[in-house]
This record gives sequence, structure tokens and C-alpha cells, in this order.
Amino acid sequence: MYFGLSEEQEFFQETISRFLEGESTIGAIRNFAQGNNPDFPESIHSGLLELGINGLIIPEEYGGLEQDLLSAAAVSETLGAGVAISPFIGSYVMAPYAIIKSGSEAQKDKYLKGIVEGSVRFGVGLTEFVASREGAKITIESRKANGRALFVFDASNATHFLLSDSSGQLFIIDAKTKGLDIIELTTVDKTSSFVELIIKDVDIDILVNQSNHQELTQRVVDLGRLLIAADSLGASQVMINKSVSYSKERKQFGRVIGSFQAVKHMCAEMTANIEPCYSLIWYTAHCMDHIPEESQLMASHCKAHVSEVASAIAKTATEVHGGMGFTDELGLHYWFKRIGLNRQLLGGVDTVREEAANSQGF
Amino acid sequence: MNLDFGTEYEEFRKEVKEFCLKHQGIQVTGSLGQFLQYETVSDSEKADKLTMPVKEWQKILIEHGYFARHIPSDYGGYGDPLDIIKDVIINDEFAKAKIPLGTGGQGIDFLVPTLLEMGTEEQKQRYIKAALNLDEIWCQGYSEPNAGSDLASLQTKGVLEGDEWVINGQKTWTSTAKYAQMMFCLVRTEPDAPKHQGISYLLIPMESPGIEIRPLVDMTLEAGFNEVFFTDVRIPAENIVGERGQGWLVANKTLVHERGSLGDPNKMASRFNKLVELMKTESIDGERIIDKPVFRDRLMKTQGKVLALKTHGLRLLSSQLNKEQDVTLGRMIVKLYGTEMRYELESLAIDVMGELGTLYENSPHLRAAGSWQYAYMYYLGLIIGGGTSQIQKNIISERGLGLPKEPKYQEL
Repeated sequence: MYFGLSEEQEFFQETISRFLEGESTIGAIRNFAQGNNPDFPESIHSGLLELGINGLIIPEEYGGLEQDLLSAAAVSETLGAGVAISPFIGSYVMAPYAIIKSGSEAQKDKYLKGIVEGSVRFGVGLTEFVASREGAKITIESRKANGRALFVFDASNATHFLLSDSSGQLFIIDAKTKGLDIIELTTVDKTSSFVELIIKDVDIDILVNQSNHQELTQRVVDLGRLLIAADSLGASQVMINKSVSYSKERKQFGRVIGSFQAVKHMCAEMTANIEPCYSLIWYTAHCMDHIPEESQLMASHCKAHVSEVASAIAKTATEVHGGMGFTDELGLHYWFKRIGLNRQLLGGVDTVREEAANSQGF
Repeated sequence: MNLDFGTEYEEFRKEVKEFCLKHQGIQVTGSLGQFLQYETVSDSEKADKLTMPVKEWQKILIEHGYFARHIPSDYGGYGDPLDIIKDVIINDEFAKAKIPLGTGGQGIDFLVPTLLEMGTEEQKQRYIKAALNLDEIWCQGYSEPNAGSDLASLQTKGVLEGDEWVINGQKTWTSTAKYAQMMFCLVRTEPDAPKHQGISYLLIPMESPGIEIRPLVDMTLEAGFNEVFFTDVRIPAENIVGERGQGWLVANKTLVHERGSLGDPNKMASRFNKLVELMKTESIDGERIIDKPVFRDRLMKTQGKVLALKTHGLRLLSSQLNKEQDVTLGRMIVKLYGTEMRYELESLAIDVMGELGTLYENSPHLRAAGSWQYAYMYYLGLIIGGGTSQIQKNIISERGLGLPKEPKYQEL
């Protein structure tokens, strides 16, 4: 019995961390966020492709590394920790997962190989499957789609989009198809990219082997929730680490502030709350691969609980830093905003808890 | 990641299952009043069950290796080498079959491991077997009126006169004192040494002349605790574990055991299921509580935490089996997280019942024999006992995160 990340998974995390520490410094992220160096995200992205994040879960026969979903969660955690500006969750996990589970041979051959080669990059838009706002939805009729998808993520420079109609039928659109309008959205978090898609009589490629498409789409959403939670876990652990370091250095009243119980108890509470989140995420990832009957409930709770913990840490860690925590100069807000955004994606905490109750028949 | 215990344990699990089947429905009587013994069983339920005195059940469990499994047989245990997976399987199967586990308590859980590690051969022979068989019940004499969180400032005095310790002072929060034959006790024997180095760990027979026990009624209205007064109590000089002045070290070994056991992650899941049942049976204006969105949301919040703690248990178990896995912080948070979370769960149950949740003792309309209200108060006690939440936070931040200690008042 071994419950946790393997040595290889931890090694992969370290490799990614080292790359991000070198290339994706807080200065570089700020520079990009201020509108300079627009090519910065692509340089980070291509560096991560060299490390192999794109082929992570893709079977070896299509050129991938064929790792389990726990490996994907481990990578998400590391990207969240580094507030990395790069597609991953949608492009390299949710989309290939959906294609592996329900694509035809031809579709697998085209898209999975394309992802591994770096020529295919998916944006993912399943927001309306979870909760539709402003009446957004997509309908399919005679292999053509019409409608609107909000909050399509991993969208920057996407070559394709994985979308679903409101019944959960998954399909793919080529980003260059006629009738597709791509509108950029600006969120508070400059480390991620979102678009809105306006779809008018667009040709689509339906994933063919969907015996129960609602169930499959739910699993893809569950997977997204798990990985978003892992991203927030990584981000909030960094916020704790920064708080602990800062409170060992910063002096007031002639003492380091970390010697005041008011401050050290904040650090202890953050720690007490985050520690069990690792286990929750690892176990959920394990369920996604091996205990499918538990995976939906675990993914809902994973998303809701980790989001709550992460939001509380984002607030507390900022407070530990005092006025500095509020400044752009320190840059703590990049983690704060990433956590805040993750909390809402693919179902906010209240929505997923309601789903958790429903899925147990309460 | 691999959650299997391996095929070599299947045979063992089968044995345990068979044992459980054979003793299905067993109910032990004469529980010893230690903490965590509170279980509500209605009279009608009781009548259906096979009953057996607790000592007899304990003996059967030890004979089969389902209790005191890793304690050497020379000292009255089963004498199997340490195998955590077997322990997990026993706990698992007993829980599934609703068969009572062996009876622990302060002597077995805290004193026995301490004696095994630091006791003399004579002490091991004399005390361990009697404790395991429940022939000798122990209580813990640590806290004093002026030494709670700051335990090391304790003042109960021990003076060596010839071949006897003479003890004077007072202990409090002594939970099993009224049943106990023996107390393991921290006593200041070196008054001139620094406070942590002046304490000795003594073993005191409770029938010694000069001991007076007064019950201490707590907010649940039970006398779960006692105050113990010592006036010129004389015990043999050899009733000391470790050397003179080493008592703090000896005691810290047992506190580690206590903090681990107070926040047991596995007990929470079954309590949660009881809460769900409660929410399905209670209703307001004909609508079940579980159908009310606000209550459902609170229930789901609680379930998220319960699952986090349950999976955290897997991580802790894994780190015991795989020495390379370091979960130091994860272990430190269990008492804090577990007790705070349990209190939250019990609080939700009270809110689910509303006014009915405040009913107590033998009131009409009482639910579950008042056990929710009892537990709601009891678990507040556990947040405080065994190192308060605030002390836990000091431990996590100072020993876990390396933050500096609060400067001493005199130094400012």
C-alpha cells in the first residue's frame, strides 16, 4: 500500500518547478500582465511542451507518455504553484481524455497525435453543461452547431475547441471554421485566458463513441474540477510558504512578526486546513482512474472543499503580509487572483455542493 | 499510488471476518467509564444483544490477537511483530460487523507504551499484563489547577525520604481516578532544577493513605473528571519510570500517543452517516431537513471536511508503512483539525433539531437519548483537553513551520 505521489511524479514536479523558477519569474509575469512582451506565454508554453506536459495522459501508441490522472493532478499543482501562464487542464488533460474515451480511431489518430506533435491545442468550453448564464447554450442540428459558449478556457491560440450541447453531447470545432466568432474575455487573473464563442451554422466533428454522453461529459467535468482544485492547492501552498518566510523576516515592535501568536496561529490554521487537501486530491485522482463509482462525489467535494480552503488561505496570507500583501510590487495578488478564478470555474462552491447532495440522492 | 494491501493479507482478513461473524451482536457490559466510551444503546436494542463482561471480552480478543497484538506475550500481549496493515484490517472488519474493539484507556494507551520503552524489566512484568487484562485500571496525573497548558510548571512535590517518595499536592482533570487502582503521575522532585528538568514520572497506588478524590462535574453534568489531593502520600522509591528529573521526557512520549489518538480520522465517517439519518427524519412544517437547501449546503460542507480527513488517514497510514514518506506536518494537525471538525458536525446536528436539540436528561421528545447534545458539549471538552487548539497551533507553527517561540514575559 502506498498513498501519495510516486518518486517519478515528484521528480516531474521538480523539473517543471525548476523551469518555471528560471523562466517565469514574478517580474516576467508582471511585465506581461502590464501589456508588455505579448510573446511571453508562448515561450513558457513551448518550454513546458519540451518537458512533455502535452502528451502526459495520451497512450503510447499515439506518442504520449500514458501516465495516470494522478500525474496530471501533480502537474496542475505545480503549474498553480508557479502561477504558470500556459494551457494545461483543458488542452492537455480534459480534451485528450474525452477523445481517448469517445473518439473514433480516425479522431484519436488526428487529434491525439496532433496534440503530441504540438500542432493541435484545444480550448475547452463546458461551462453551460454545468450552469448556463445569460442564456448561453449550443444546439446541434444535422452536424451543425448554433449558439454561444461562455468562459471557454485554455483559449489563447487554441486550434480547436471541445464543446458540448446542453445535453452533454461532446463535439469539436476547428478554430478556423467559418461562422465561428471568437471574443476575448478579460478576467482579473492575467495568468489565464478565456474567450466567448459565438457559433453560427458551424461544421462540427462529433465524438462518435458516446454511449451515454451525459455521463461522459460529467466525467470530463469531474476531471476538470479535480485539476482546478490541484492548481489551487499548489497556489495556496505557495501563499502559505511566502507567509511563513515573511513572518520570519518582517520586524515590528522589535520582534519578528512570526513570534506573535496572532500571526503564527494564522500560519498554523492555514497549514491545518491545507494538509488534508493533498489527500483529498490524490484520492480523487485515484478514483477517476480506478474507482469510477466514487469519482463524481469525490470530484465535487474536492472542488468545493479545496476552493474554500484556498480562498481562506488567499485572504489570510495576504493579511499576514500586511500592506505589502496588497501591493502589486510584492505580486502576491497573482496567486490570490488565480485562486479566486479557479473557485468559480466549472461550478462554484455552492453549485458543486448542490450537485454533491443530488448525486447522493439527498 | 496503490491502495491494495496485497494478497498475503486476504487470508488474515478472512480469519478476522470469521471471528466477527462468530461474535455477531456481542455487547460488552461494565465499561470502565473512560472517555470515548459514550455510546447510546436503547433498552430494546440492549435486550436483543448477547452481553459479556468487558474483561472476559478483552481476554478473548487478546487470545486471538485482536487486542494488544504487538505487546510481547511475556507481558500479557499477543506477541505478534508490528504489522500496521493487520491493525487496519482488524479495525475495518470490527467496524463493519459492529463488534466492539478492545478497551483501551489511559493505562493501556499511554502508560503501557511508555513502560515498554522506558520501564525496567520488573516494572514491565508487574504492570503491563495487569493493565491489558483490565485487572488494574490507571489514571493519568498530569494537569494541576495552576499547570494546564503550561504543564511543566506543575508543583505537586515529591521528596525522597529513605526508600519512599513522600508526595504532597493536587492533580485535576483526572478522568478515571474513581475507578483506578494506579496513577502515573508527574511530580516535582528536583525543586532547584530548571522547570523541565525537575520533574519525575512516578507510579502511585490509588489506595495509598493520604489520597483524596473529589468528583469534578463538567458541563455535560457528568462527573467525568476528578480532582485528586495528596497529603503525605508514601510510595516505594522504585516506583519511578526513567531517572529522577527525566519525567518531562518520559511524559512527552505518552503525549505523542494521546494527540494521535484523540483525533481519530476513522470515527468521523460513521458519525456523519448518523447525521444524514437525523436530517432525513427531522422535519419542519412537514418538510424534511435534508430537503432544505441551506441545511443541505451545511451538510455538504461538513462532508467535504469529513472526506478530507478520511483520505488524510490514508496518507498517514501510508507514511507509517513507507518510511520515506514524510508527513510531519500532516500528523501535527490531526488533533486540531479532527476535534474542531467533530464539534462542527455535532453543532450542525443541534441546529437540525432546533429547540428539540436542547432537550436533555429525561425530557419528553428527547432524540437519541440526548446523545447529540451530550456530544456537542463533550467535543468542546476535547478541543480543550490533551493540548488546547491554541497549544496545537503553537506546536504546528513552532515545531512544524519553524516560527520563533513567543519571547518570555520576563525578557520583554
